[in-house]
Amino acid sequence: MRRLLLKGGRVLDPSRSVDGTYDVAVTGGRIASIRPATGEPPREEGWRVIDCTGLLVIPGLVDIHTHLREPGEEYKETIRTGAEAAAAGGFTTVLCMANTRPVNDNASVTRYIKKRAEEACGVKVLPVGALSVGLKGERLTEMGDLRDAGCVAVSDDGMPVVDGSLMRRALEYSRIFGLPVISHAEDPLLAGDGVMNEGAVSTRLGLKGIPRHAEEIMVARDIALAELTGGRLHIAHVSTRGSVELVRSAKKRGLDVTAEATPHHLALTDEMLLGYDTDCKMNPPLRTVEDRDALREGVKDGTIDTIATDHAPHSSIEKDVEFDDAACGVVGLETALGVVLSLVDDGVLTLDEAIRAMTVNPSRAVGIDAGTLEVGGAADIAIVDLEERWTVDPSLFRSRSRNTPFKGMEMKGRVMKTIVDGEVVYDREGKSS
Amino acid sequence: MKPRVVMDGKGIERALARIAHEILERNKGTEDLVILGIPTRGYHLAIRLQRKIEEIEGVRVPTGSVDATLYRDDIGLKETQPLKKMEIPISIDGKVVVMVDDVLYTGRTIRAAMNALMDFGRAFCIQLAVLVDRGHRELPIKADYVGKNIPTSRREGVKVHLEEVDGTNEVIVIQEDEDASP
Amino acid sequence: MLDRKDILGIEELGRDEIETILSTAASFKEVSTREIKKVPTLRGKTVINLFYEPSTRTRTSFEIAAKRMSADAINISVSASSIKKGETLKDTALNLEAMAPDCIVVRHGSAGTPRMLAGYLDCSVINAGDGAHEHPSQALLDIFTVKERLGRIEGLHVVIVGDIAHSRVARSNIHGFTKMGARVTVCGPPTMIPPGIESLGCSVTHEMEGAVEDADVIMMLRIQLERQTKALFPSIREYSRLYGLDAGKLKRAKEGVIILHPGPINRGVEISPEVADGPWSLILDQVTNGVAVRMALFYLLLGGARE
Repeated sequence: MRRLLLKGGRVLDPSRSVDGTYDVAVTGGRIASIRPATGEPPREEGWRVIDCTGLLVIPGLVDIHTHLREPGEEYKETIRTGAEAAAAGGFTTVLCMANTRPVNDNASVTRYIKKRAEEACGVKVLPVGALSVGLKGERLTEMGDLRDAGCVAVSDDGMPVVDGSLMRRALEYSRIFGLPVISHAEDPLLAGDGVMNEGAVSTRLGLKGIPRHAEEIMVARDIALAELTGGRLHIAHVSTRGSVELVRSAKKRGLDVTAEATPHHLALTDEMLLGYDTDCKMNPPLRTVEDRDALREGVKDGTIDTIATDHAPHSSIEKDVEFDDAACGVVGLETALGVVLSLVDDGVLTLDEAIRAMTVNPSRAVGIDAGTLEVGGAADIAIVDLEERWTVDPSLFRSRSRNTPFKGMEMKGRVMKTIVDGEVVYDREGKSS
Repeated sequence: MKPRVVMDGKGIERALARIAHEILERNKGTEDLVILGIPTRGYHLAIRLQRKIEEIEGVRVPTGSVDATLYRDDIGLKETQPLKKMEIPISIDGKVVVMVDDVLYTGRTIRAAMNALMDFGRAFCIQLAVLVDRGHRELPIKADYVGKNIPTSRREGVKVHLEEVDGTNEVIVIQEDEDASP
Repeated sequence: MLDRKDILGIEELGRDEIETILSTAASFKEVSTREIKKVPTLRGKTVINLFYEPSTRTRTSFEIAAKRMSADAINISVSASSIKKGETLKDTALNLEAMAPDCIVVRHGSAGTPRMLAGYLDCSVINAGDGAHEHPSQALLDIFTVKERLGRIEGLHVVIVGDIAHSRVARSNIHGFTKMGARVTVCGPPTMIPPGIESLGCSVTHEMEGAVEDADVIMMLRIQLERQTKALFPSIREYSRLYGLDAGKLKRAKEGVIILHPGPINRGVEISPEVADGPWSLILDQVTNGVAVRMALFYLLLGGARE
């Protein structure tokens, strides 16, 4: 394996409170050393030197919430294109949800995903197993088998677990394997056939609304069940102020609950729907300014541990249709860092808060070894230009799908290189190794 | 170039008085007569003619307005035109309809107005009275009563100003832009 | 006179545009009184009525309006199920465009669809009702009818009663009447008042008697009887007793109050027969005026040069 020297960059690793100008040496796919920058060239031959002067060197980003669509919907995304999109977004580890066709509810599907991931660009793709067989919300999956095959969490994401007793059993049973349960918190009867946030904007547009309480009731239920069972609960895509408050109070009571928010919920509001753009339709829906601000506050104070994309590719067949009929979901891997760094640029988050929520925190939330720059650890690294301004052009995405609400928006901060196990898997200058 | 006044208020009144007499003479009185002006200024000229005829004959001839806008042959070639007053006071079946307009030029407006009129019934005949005939006909149309013939070039414009609309009474000729189309 | 390709909603129209439409409609009303109810204005133009929801009166009104303008009107009724699978809205739009229409009148159960279609099409699009969003030609004919009867809109108090949440007629009329200087109050059970409706510029009441007392115009909305099953109201009987307009409630209204209903009416449910047929009811005037307003829309959209 090649030897790499990342020279003279600003190294920021919130997991170890490192922030300064360092040289990072990589050998054998692992981090060999992190030393104060010397300005000297390496003493020996055989190093590839990457000049990181003026750039930010961070642990490779970790996204614990993606949908890579394979197997079953390869026209939207494959594990290969999803991994490439992840690499282009600075992600070195992604978790992919179980709502594929067939559902990842047994070890053979998990093994298939792992195999396809090995053939991809190198980004680490970790499967999330289904919580219930077929995501039907009736009977638990064989979580032991799923864990042994490589699943790192269980979730019915995409479908809420309506039956409270099933959620209880899942939180109890998963404890044997240390698998976190990721909850898609939504009461489907309250949500009804809503297609966006319920409020003044939905009224104006004449679109059916989803009340925020459809989420909050289930967040409250799952927190209560976590308290009852001592299970490891992670709340996916928190979108309302009320949910943030519920998680905050659960954490205050010492419960082992974590939560995530998406870049789009942190950046956008339901006003985006005023032109009926189906690329702004997702579940949970974009909410109001108060909700958005509460999420931002949640990230700042650690209530929201993690920023996760909920990357959900759809083709024009699902999106270029009537608003009511359009599929929910947006792609996020290739815009997430740009969106979050733009929030940093706007003074909403500090750089440390932002990178923490995209590296060490998601790793801890699901108990995986990633999101840190540790000597001897895997050399999963992203190199970022904080100053570069760019405009989101979906036609340039590595992802197979283009459904982003950020199209045409200007971002500040862009991934230059992504390195997995010491190999450059994405290089904006095109010199991929 | 400065606008050239070719008729003043008195001239307009004299012309209308003569036309009123001609209408009465030709139709042997007011029986079956209907006067319909083409808005905007043709309509006001129609009202003036109605008054003149009343002064001469003591009869108030039914007078109204026929808007040609929806019948024009240049719909879709220029901007959408606002609709004007359409007011046919009585059935025109068997009547002698005198249409009144301010300026007779290409004849296209008169053609459109006649088509409009025919949707309202079958007049015994249609006659045309204009204050000014400036020539350059593009259709086989001829006025029965003309206030004044004013030979013009296509580059000139003829404007009739009436007290009721414009605050003054005069007919002027103005030089239009080089490539003003007819 | 109208500097736009499409009529998608009242919300996007300015007061001057609404006034242009109303005054043009007044001229067209005369055409419908003639022996020969037809003008040659839009000869050679093609209007496609694309209806994804069943409709008799609106579709017929647009069809008559198009024909009185000498346009060719073609009706396409699409049952929502038959189009699904595979064909995107863009496909639909391009297929229609290939038939070279000048205007597509579209009704669709999903809000926003006319806007999406308009984005794909070079021809004009008129929204004939999209979900619970807007029904602009209905609001225009309602405003026209009120103005014709009362001589003004400015300063009037318009009360809209019924299922506001699911009503595109209500939304378009709230926008329209408030833009024209009227005050609008919506009235119905809380289950039928959508959140934040006040942000459209109206006020809200759940109490019908008080609302009726203070109204110059009462607009009754058709109640969808099947909404009972969605628990929006417990029974027709109770709805009718609380929010139906009958002679008893009308007694408290001002002298000269007028009553509108977009139709078709449920006699004895939201409006009692004696009220529907009474002298204060302008329900049939609305239908007549609907043709004139739609002729005006066709003329204003199609009667000029296209850039």
